Amino acid sequence: MAHLSPDNLERARALVALYPHPRSALVPLCHVAQEQDGWLTPEAISDIAELVGTTPADVLGTASFYDMLHTEPVGTYVVSICTNIACMLRGADDLLRHAEEHLGIHPGGTTPDGMFTLEEAECLADCGRAPCLQVNHRFFGNLTAEGFDALVADLRSGTLDSEVPHHGTLCRIRRTGGLSSGKGGPPAMAAAESVPEGGS
Amino acid sequence: MAITEAPRIVTSRLSHSDSHTLERYLATGGYEGLRKALSMTPEQVAAEVDAASLLGRGGAGFPAGRKWAMLRKAPVTYLVVNGDESEPATFKDHLLLERDPHQLVEGVVIAAYALGVTQAFIYVRGELALGMERVQAALNDAYEHGAVGPDIFGSGFGVDVVVHPGAGAYICGEETALIESLEGKRGFPRIKPPYFPAAIGLYGEPTVVNNVETLSNLPWIVLNGGAAFSALGEGRSAGTRLFALAGKVRNPGVYEIEMVKTTFRDLIYAPVLGGGVLAGRDLKAIIPGGVSAPWFGPEHLDLPLGQDEVGAAGSMLGSGSVVVMDDQTCALRAAWRITKFFWRESCGQCTPCREGSGWLEKILRRLEQGAGREEDVDLLLDVCDNIAPGITWPPQQTTICVLGPSIPSSIASAIRMFRDEILLHVKEGACPYG
Ligand SMILES: Cc1cc2nc3c(=O)[nH]c(=O)nc-3n(C[C@H](O)[C@H](O)[C@H](O)COP(=O)(O)O)c2cc1C
Ligand code: SF4
Ligand code: FES
Repeated sequence: MAHLSPDNLERARALVALYPHPRSALVPLCHVAQEQDGWLTPEAISDIAELVGTTPADVLGTASFYDMLHTEPVGTYVVSICTNIACMLRGADDLLRHAEEHLGIHPGGTTPDGMFTLEEAECLADCGRAPCLQVNHRFFGNLTAEGFDALVADLRSGTLDSEVPHHGTLCRIRRTGGLSSGKGGPPAMAAAESVPEGGS
Repeated sequence: MAITEAPRIVTSRLSHSDSHTLERYLATGGYEGLRKALSMTPEQVAAEVDAASLLGRGGAGFPAGRKWAMLRKAPVTYLVVNGDESEPATFKDHLLLERDPHQLVEGVVIAAYALGVTQAFIYVRGELALGMERVQAALNDAYEHGAVGPDIFGSGFGVDVVVHPGAGAYICGEETALIESLEGKRGFPRIKPPYFPAAIGLYGEPTVVNNVETLSNLPWIVLNGGAAFSALGEGRSAGTRLFALAGKVRNPGVYEIEMVKTTFRDLIYAPVLGGGVLAGRDLKAIIPGGVSAPWFGPEHLDLPLGQDEVGAAGSMLGSGSVVVMDDQTCALRAAWRITKFFWRESCGQCTPCREGSGWLEKILRRLEQGAGREEDVDLLLDVCDNIAPGITWPPQQTTICVLGPSIPSSIASAIRMFRDEILLHVKEGACPYG
């Protein structure tokens, strides 16, 4: 086992220790691996299998059930446009069509430069700001065609780097409390980074 | 509170931009409910929740007090918080997770104390990255503050709370699927009986599953008493409730309103709430309670927002969502999009749900695109009848979970209310709304 970086391996072991049964850490570990590589590489899947005590095939079979876990490479930015009912009523179909034209790809596709992957998403629970989308699971709402183009330009130029981490990064806050509460987990991990302001 | 004098119970802090911080939380009465709870016996805390008549806010509307009482007979091992919010057009837990995470943490610890649980998990929908960060940050601060962890506020009671990320699967909101997912497996719902979480839950142990909003009410209930809560609203629908209003409405958003004392018309039209249909157009239909619910028409606008009232009228308050369609909305397209959602999210274990949703999606798409036949309407009803015999409300269940039987709701509603409009697609060979 050596694909996960030493820091991520330590995080992974701490996550496993949080649960009465190691298997529960399977999805959290997939997120850690995606944070490192942007997607679930076969090497990472082997590491995870070893950490939670199962086979790589089992990890892959479980991971493939979940939309957010990518078993193929994706772009630096995964753009997920919601077209479910509330967004549909607010112009999501036009937004998706515009995005397809602007990026030159259809849902499921990735731009040749590897920057963007486009997804048609189900309701993202941000319907108050329909039509809305997520880039790497960070919300952008009340979008127009112009707003979409501006967003893409900002992502390309890197001005949104602090708001939109690279693909796979979910929770930038590490658990610092309760780790030595008698379950044998390692002591507190890296200090928490601050959460950016914003949100709905 | 806009329409009635009821206090804000779960959204009292949201006017502050730093409502998610421990400093703001403590400055606005935070963790006082927990301190009070710890001065009571667990039974007394449970009795207050029972007296409050707090109905579960996750969709099924089961009284929290009764759920807990069933479990107090056998010792409960785990408390699992359902923060998977993914019912289309529902976005209230998203707000609570991001904007008042300490209120949830306090609610979780109060519930754990009442139930005698020392291990709790907060399952947060994977896509809610900021919400997850806010809850984890709140937990870190709460551990530091002594509100979570061993020996809380010197009481001798301790509970450990772990944030668990989902990874994108609507079905994981169903409580037994959520438990499977928390065990590190695919989110396949378990069959009930025997797999009621209260009997055989997480790791086979008795487990309470409660929704984020349900638990967020607990600090207020403990501080003010169950009677103060049940004095709001009417009958079984006590207290206030969050409604996520979306679609063709001027001011979409999440509103906390007193149950029963407020109507759909108030919610949609009151200037301080929805502000009316977008662009002053006419209302065509509303979807109360999430896309699993049968639709209402303008004739239902004066119906009170109460669980029993809406149930008696043939639908449900469900997940606390209300979607407005205006007179320019194609009802067929709405039904198609909702069905496409169910088809994509069916876990595939049961044939009627897996196959039925796919057939329905194809037939609806073909009809919507003007390539359908008149007989398709009966065909749709026939397939629906195979998923939920009789197409009744509440539906009959032939499947492992109620996702399957929820599929006919929108289709049967569209056919019942807008059959002519559907047939117009066939006649004109195109969608009349373009
Ligand atoms: C298909 C399906 C999806 C569900 N999704 C959610 C959800 O996202 N959040 C939630 O709290 N409950 C959801 N539920 C309801 C849960 O099964 C369960 O009843 C609820 O979490 C219990 O909490 P409560 O009693 O506090 O409402 C869903 C149920 C079904 C059948
Ligand atoms: S009804 Fe549908 S979602 Fe529910 S268990 Fe069966 S196949 Fe899965
Ligand atoms: S319908 Fe698009 S976010 Fe809910």
